[in-house]
Formats: sequence, structure tokens, C-alpha cells
Amino acid sequence: MSKVLAITGAGAMSEGMRQINPDVVPAFPITPSTQVIEDFSQFVADGKVDTEMITVESEHSAMSACIGAAAAGGRVMTATSSAGMALMWEMLYIASSMRQPVVMTLINRALSAPINIHADHSDSMGARDAGWIQLYAENNQEAYDNLIMAPKIAEKMDVRLPVMVCMDGFIISHCVQTMQLEDDDKVKKFIGGFESTYPVLDTENPSTWGALDLQDYYIEHKRAQHIAMKNAKDAIKKVSEEFADIFGRKYELFESYRIDDAERVIIAINSVCGEIKEVIDERREAGDKVGLLKIRSFRPFPYEEIAAALERVKIVTVLDRSESMGAYGPLFTEIRTALFDAPEKPMVYNRIFGLGGRELFMSDIHDIFEENKTYLETGKVEKMFDYLKVRGG
Amino acid sequence: MPSLQEMAKKEGAFAGGHRMCAGCPVPIFTKMLTRVTDGYEIVAGNATCCLEVASSIFPYSAWKIPWIHTAFENVGASMSGVETMYRALKKRGKITKPYKFIAIGGDGGTYDIGLQSLSGAMERGHDLVYICYDNGAYMNTGVQRSSATPMGATTTTTPMGEQSYGRQGNRKDLSRIMVAHNIGYVAQASIHDPVDLSEKLKKAIELDGPAFINLLSPCIPGWKIAPDMAVELARLGVETKYWPLYEVIDGEYKINYTPKKEVPVTEWMFLQGRFKHLNKPEYSDVVDAFQKDVERNWNWIVRQAASVELLSAEVN
Repeated sequence: MSKVLAITGAGAMSEGMRQINPDVVPAFPITPSTQVIEDFSQFVADGKVDTEMITVESEHSAMSACIGAAAAGGRVMTATSSAGMALMWEMLYIASSMRQPVVMTLINRALSAPINIHADHSDSMGARDAGWIQLYAENNQEAYDNLIMAPKIAEKMDVRLPVMVCMDGFIISHCVQTMQLEDDDKVKKFIGGFESTYPVLDTENPSTWGALDLQDYYIEHKRAQHIAMKNAKDAIKKVSEEFADIFGRKYELFESYRIDDAERVIIAINSVCGEIKEVIDERREAGDKVGLLKIRSFRPFPYEEIAAALERVKIVTVLDRSESMGAYGPLFTEIRTALFDAPEKPMVYNRIFGLGGRELFMSDIHDIFEENKTYLETGKVEKMFDYLKVRGG
Repeated sequence: MPSLQEMAKKEGAFAGGHRMCAGCPVPIFTKMLTRVTDGYEIVAGNATCCLEVASSIFPYSAWKIPWIHTAFENVGASMSGVETMYRALKKRGKITKPYKFIAIGGDGGTYDIGLQSLSGAMERGHDLVYICYDNGAYMNTGVQRSSATPMGATTTTTPMGEQSYGRQGNRKDLSRIMVAHNIGYVAQASIHDPVDLSEKLKKAIELDGPAFINLLSPCIPGWKIAPDMAVELARLGVETKYWPLYEVIDGEYKINYTPKKEVPVTEWMFLQGRFKHLNKPEYSDVVDAFQKDVERNWNWIVRQAASVELLSAEVN
């Protein structure tokens, strides 16, 4: 039966994995994603799933084993964070390029150095060109729902790409929130069976995987991946609709929170969006026309849809929780690209916040809305790029 | 064990028309993979290496069996994934045929960059045969030294010169490292002895669990030898005791071949262009050190095998 329970974000992911009961889970421990794998190991030990686990000796091997297992012909999942995904880097590209529908929970955490275990998005944003579908979540419920939808999206025959299901380290992964855990059978029925394509485990039709691909074919294979990623946009929409029909919670490529008549909008990703919504509600009561656009799908990126959603908005503050040293934040770059062809462009500027887990409080978000109010009134963006809440800033 | 004539009649795993160098002995063992056992479906995985690039240039493939390559340093891990998926699907009743799994890497991909994933795969106990074809350098990228490169060899990253005689120090003994994993089967084999090699392959494949075979495989351009010399150089590698043929079954050493007479290692070395510069009086100390190391290594293996015989005599 479906039930409401209090659970950490990491716990929600392991529950989702239990319900999906993948064929193989290769995994390596790293904070703060460890609980996902610990809980799941207990499910294996208790016979609640019949998954085969591979407790590999590194994350590079975790993703290598994911690719081997998926190519062999079954459903594969894993989880990691930060340096763990950085060590997978080479294999992330190979997973997507070999078109393996692996599903990975990524508990977002800062990259070293200095070593830091807390939330920011430098891990997933650095991997934005790796060919993975990236879904983000504000809270436990959304992360769990994304995980349940991920295999269906990844395994669509016109997609066949891996999916990264992201949430903020500690803020979401380790905080207990109430959420709806859906009925096991309903989840299993929703996801359905795995359909393999040219499995390695078929000696009657032997396939060669990972061939050397030179100037005469490589670029066609890359373009095929590009097309698959474009198809993923429709797949995310379609699977989200099916999900809403069965489980009642509706998701789009991004969430528009009170932006229909908003003049000033913040665009952000993951847990900070919860606080931004609270601030918006407070300001709305005082008649301030502010709103939030919360990214769910960063890859594929919904350029046209975002441009349309921001049609009547006058100023946009883009919050990036990662850095691209020597450039604007990765989210800002996409948003400004999305707006370039808009007939009436809003003012748009970039703020970096929360690196290494530094909190952004509600008062700080009020400050952002005060600042963009001033910018709008004066018609001038004083600072296009800045850090929030930083010493010496 | 089928005879070589009988084996040759079976369907091989590897087709002609691949792009390995003329005279390269690597296809000797790839053709054997499906010929030494009956009753198993064979799947192979490759680390990035000469064999991988020369057998799979898209849209062609020399592989007549399922084959997967993902990267250089990870065939132990990627084949762990394939093997585990087999067990998962077998458990769930989706596969009924018995499968066996082979991972193949060169010495660079095995002794060096792939050592961790190999170690992990062996330690976890996957039903996987890992075959390292040891040609003693990164040949695929143009003969750079690896930790398997023998002392004194000139390579493109340890070139001989006025201040250097080539690769300094001794090579790593990977076979012993694999023995230390306490797996059921470790063997050294040579490409020149197909009977010994096929018997070892059969044992390794039929074993339920991880197995490791270290295979001496001369490289035509890397060793700077003529294309018709690979098998002869492998034979001399064994006759000079540079490459002892032995196996370790459940931790017990057994020497498979003892050379009939003492052949100095120079008889092997100086047929190769990579050692030719050492054939001068001023490098006699390097050559002596090489010879001593060969003897030390051989004696160590002899002692292991002798202690096994001693123990079993005591038991009896």
C-alpha cells in the first residue's frame, strides 16, 4: 500500500531502488550518498530484493561494471557523489555513448580541493556534457519520483541514455521529510520489464560492443546521441504524464512557481527552491509580483519552453550553485541562451551561492528580490556576476 | 583434452582479416578461446590494447563471439558487470545456458593502469578468466615502458642514450601478485606452446571462479624482431628461464616445463633489437644483473614447487 512516511532523501532513493529491484547494482561508498547503498545492501541481505550487488573497489570500476552489466542485457542502478562521480568521468561518457540506460542517484556534493562534503552542484554541472539525462529535485518526494520515472525514460527505445537523478547532499540526502511512498506493485507495474538491445549475453547473435570508430563513423554516432537526447525531452514529458495519471503528482521539465504575472523571477535548482517559494509567498502577500522557475531537467535543457515561460517577466536572477571559473555559471549561460531569441528579453544576471554547502537563508533571498527590484527600477544591472554571502565580496 | 588437430576443426572465436601486425602471435590464443572446452557459451571483454583496436574497426569485427570493450584500465570491472548480469539473469530464469567469461588485456592495461580493477575482479570471486598477453611495453601507443618491461630494454620512454642503457630496474612480477589473491588458478604460459596453453585455458575456463593467465607474447615492432621470429622468441624466453611455465592451483606451485640445458638469457636478449645496445663490454654488469634476476626468479618458483612436493610427501 502507498503510505506517507518520514524518511531521509537517501533513504527515499534506496526505497525506490528496492521497489525497482534492478538486476545488478555495482556501487562504491562515498559521503553523502553512502546511505543509499547501505540501505540497499540490507535489502539484499534481507531478501527484499534479488538484485546482484557488486561491491567494487572504486567508482571508476562502479561505472565500468554498470556499463558491462547493462550491455549484458539488464537493468542497472548505482549511486555516488562528488569525487566519486569525478572518478567515473571517463566512464560517464562511455555509458552514454554506448547508449546504456543506467540510472544513477547523484547526491550533489562539492568537488575537492579544499575537500568538502557538503552540497553544491559542481559534480553534476561538470558532467553536463557527458551525455546523461540530468533530473534535479527540490525535496525527497521529487527525488523519489524522479527515480521511479528514470528507468522508463532511460529505456525508451528512441532514447536509450543513462539518467542522473540529483539531489542536494545533506540538505536533502540526510534530512528527514515526510513523503508519499507508493505501493510496491504499482511502482513495479509502472516501470515494467527491461527490454534489452543486442545483449552481450547472446551467443547466437554475437555482438561487438565498443568498437574502434574513426573519422568515417564517429561523428554520426555522436549525432545519434544528440538526437536521442532531443527525444529524451518528449520522453520525460510523456513519462511524467503517465506518472501523474497513476500517482497524482504532476511534473514538467521545469516548475513555474507563481510566475504567470511575475515581474521578477529567480531561476534555481534543487533544495534552495523550497526556501525561495516561502519567500515568494511572503512577498506575494505584500503584493510583490515575484516568482520562481525551478529547473527539473537540465539535460536535455528546455530552451524554448523556458523562453516562453519568461515571456512577460522583466528581470531574472539566475542562481548557480557551481562555478565555471572564468565564465558565468552554467545555469546562467543556458538561461541567457534561451532568452536570446525572445522578442522582449528580460534583464538577466547571475549570482553564485552555496558552494561547499553554505546556507542561503530566507533573509538572503529577500535581499535578492530587493536587489533585482532596484535593478528593475533603475533599468540597470549593476553587477552582472557576483558571489552571494562571501567574505571579502 | 582434444588434440590440436581436433581443436582446429572447431569454430574459432576470431576471424581472419583483422589488422594485427604481420607475425603477431596474439591471434594464436584468441582463436583458441572457443576451442578448448565444450558446453560453454564464451563471452570476451577487452581492455584497450593492440588486439582491441586491430580487431574491431567499425563497422567490421573479427569477433565471432560476443565481445565488449569499454576503456583501457577497467576490463576487470566491465567484465565483472557482464558476469554479474549473467548470474542475475540466470537466477531470475531469463538465461539457462552455461556461460563463461574471458577478460583480455595487454601488460600496460593489466600490470599498470588496470591493476586495480583486475585485483578487484579477482578478489570478489567473479567467474572470470583474465588473460594478460605480456609483450613488455605499451606497444599499441608506440612502445613506451610499462612495469612489465624487462631491465635494459630500450623503449620510447626509456630510450638508450649516452646517459642511459634503457629501462632501469626490474620488472614487476604480476603472476605472484595474482597468486597473493588466493584465487583457484594462476598460470604463466607462452604463445609458442599451444598444447600447454590450451590445457591451461581449459583449466582456467572450467574452474568455477576467478583465474589468471599471464601469457608471454613477443611483439614484432616493440621487440624489434623479424615477423617470423615471434614464436621462436617466445620459445627462447622459456628455454632461458626468463619466462617460466608454471601454474598455481589453489596456492600450490607446479612447474610445467624445466629446460633440458642451461641457456644464458643473452641467447634470448640479443636476438631482439630492444636489447642489442647492451651487447657491449661496458654493459656486462647490466646483462649480469639481468641473468641473476632470471635465476633468482626461477629458483624462487622451484622452491615453491619443491615445498609443495615436500608437504605432500610428508602427508603421504
